Amino acid sequence: MDVYTFLIQLLNGVQYGLLLFLVASGLTLIFGIMGIINLAHGSFYMIGAYMAFTLSSLTGSLWIAIVAGTLLAVLLGVILEWALFSHLYKRDHLQQVLLTYGLILVFEELRSLIVGNDVHGVPVPALFDWSIPLTATLSYPVYRLVMSAICVALAALLYVFIHRTRPGMMIRAGASNREMVASLGLNINLVYRLVFALGVALAAFAGMIAAPVSSVYPGMGTQVLIICFVVVVIGGIGSIRGALVAALLIGLADTFGKVFIPELSGITVYLLMAVVLLWRPEGLFRGAA
Amino acid sequence: MDATGRIPRSGMRAAALGVAAACALAWTGTTLAQQTKIKIGLMLPYTGTYAALGTAITNGFKLAIQENGGKLGGREIEYFTVDDESDPAKAPDNANKLIKRDQVDVLVGTVHSGVALAMSKVARDNNTLLIIPNAGADEITGPLCAANVFRSSFSNSQFGIAMGKVMADQTKKTAVTLTWKYAAGDESVGGFKEAFEAGGGKVVKELSLPFPQVEFQPYLTEIAALKPDVVYAFFAGGGAVKFVKDYAAAGLTKTIPLVGPGFLTDGTLDAQGESAQGLLTTLHYGDGLNLPKNNAFRAAYAKTFSTPPDVYAVQGYDAAQLLIAGVNAVKGDLSKRADVVKAMETAKIESPRGAFALSKSHNPIHDIYLRKVDGKENKVIAVAIKNLNDPPRGCKL
Repeated sequence: MDVYTFLIQLLNGVQYGLLLFLVASGLTLIFGIMGIINLAHGSFYMIGAYMAFTLSSLTGSLWIAIVAGTLLAVLLGVILEWALFSHLYKRDHLQQVLLTYGLILVFEELRSLIVGNDVHGVPVPALFDWSIPLTATLSYPVYRLVMSAICVALAALLYVFIHRTRPGMMIRAGASNREMVASLGLNINLVYRLVFALGVALAAFAGMIAAPVSSVYPGMGTQVLIICFVVVVIGGIGSIRGALVAALLIGLADTFGKVFIPELSGITVYLLMAVVLLWRPEGLFRGAA
Repeated sequence: MDATGRIPRSGMRAAALGVAAACALAWTGTTLAQQTKIKIGLMLPYTGTYAALGTAITNGFKLAIQENGGKLGGREIEYFTVDDESDPAKAPDNANKLIKRDQVDVLVGTVHSGVALAMSKVARDNNTLLIIPNAGADEITGPLCAANVFRSSFSNSQFGIAMGKVMADQTKKTAVTLTWKYAAGDESVGGFKEAFEAGGGKVVKELSLPFPQVEFQPYLTEIAALKPDVVYAFFAGGGAVKFVKDYAAAGLTKTIPLVGPGFLTDGTLDAQGESAQGLLTTLHYGDGLNLPKNNAFRAAYAKTFSTPPDVYAVQGYDAAQLLIAGVNAVKGDLSKRADVVKAMETAKIESPRGAFALSKSHNPIHDIYLRKVDGKENKVIAVAIKNLNDPPRGCKL
């Protein structure tokens, strides 16, 4: 492989990693701060993608669909937290797993009833629907670069929000001691509700901006779920910074695994996870939020 | 119905007895009917990703039976349906339910190869007649073939073989293959490699990724670096949509033609849109196939089910035609199993895809068409291979 191809593969890896970060960040927030194992996270990604498909075919614009879809996702998150998840904080993980697994089935069935089981494409917005030629045969779609830029911006925003703002401080405090925060007069229930809504919105947002390149199809949520958990575990539960580093590592491991050791391409990511866990059983950035 | 009249007076205990009695009555009813009705077990996916395929196969099957006067060899028909959920783990149980509990005479199914493999095992163990209307696993009509197992659809390698020949005939020299790493993909790619290399080409690299991953970018980069004359890819459904779109977005379509089996562009053209235009695929069916039988079939199907038929409906229709040929030959006397099998083996099926007969291993010997994507259609532009028979793969029939 020449240097040029290597660089393109590097770009592929980083770009894939950034998208993984976007999906997984919501999971690590909900898992790390609220202690909820949310198997339905992949469903929120799927719901986002289907919203992008439905809303963009209704309104004719992916951007309008993304704005409207994000608001709907926040609403969905608030309702779910209020109706279901708020009853689970004091229960053990098994009951959370049962509920969220049930939600996967419910969301898949609803998707089937409302939109059907067909595969749908979502058009790339006209502004970014072109490619940059890299070699004589290969071009790089601009929309993929835009996606990466959005992911980087969001990572920065999240970091600032959690570490440099007052609500972020409340979230971090709530993560380390729920009772203490409550006794200081802060409305911890509201904080949790917002964190959950934020987590749902992040997953749905990832689904929406990924929809033009991934298409929307049944079962797409379960596909991202497992890899998201790998990101969270490698990065350290609850750590945004960890999720970013882990997602990039996974993106690179997966891409170069496919190129250099194609026979093992299915397991390079899990090998990486095993190595990291042997070295740091708590993940790369445990508890740093 | 007499039993139900007594229930209110005799309390719960008697109610239970009444229900039991009613069940017994119903059961006696079916055993009596068994002597007159032929029981057909449809084990197909009616929920999940393949639900639409299961429905199309069922519709096609029932249409052929209806055209035969709603009977088989002069006997009435009773259907037993089981949703196989495309779940291989549940397949032995489901097949046994139909065979042991419902005592079906014929088992029809299914779409998913893993489920079909399990069904063929159960069918062989119980010596039940099985007709497979889709699943293409080569083994079923290869090393695992049996006198009582038939297929009305195709084997996975057939489309690869056809495309390999077409590409070699176009004097393409090098090819890269890409597939999900599972049986259907491996067999399809295997068929392509076999025929392409026999025709003087060379497969320079065989790429694969775990099912159902869809992150193709590294492979596209590699293909661009390898610069083969053609790329043969096996994907279906959501994966096919994403792959074809990614391939076009990477600008590869202009320099390296992409080809594949029909699944790459079947039922996915709405979502693939512009990116699929002009792609060549091979399948045993396609749009614009101007055969009298096909035109009649399409009209009848659309009239009965208010939706146009697809390749799966054709396969269901032909499964029933195959069964009709067998049962009519013995005038409904299924105890003459050897004669039923013989009639099916020698039948010439007037299929909407064009007439076909079965190979020694009970797989269709049919024309494979070369199709080109034109708008929202997979237009048949030529016959890729006439009367394609599978290579013998260790079937001892």
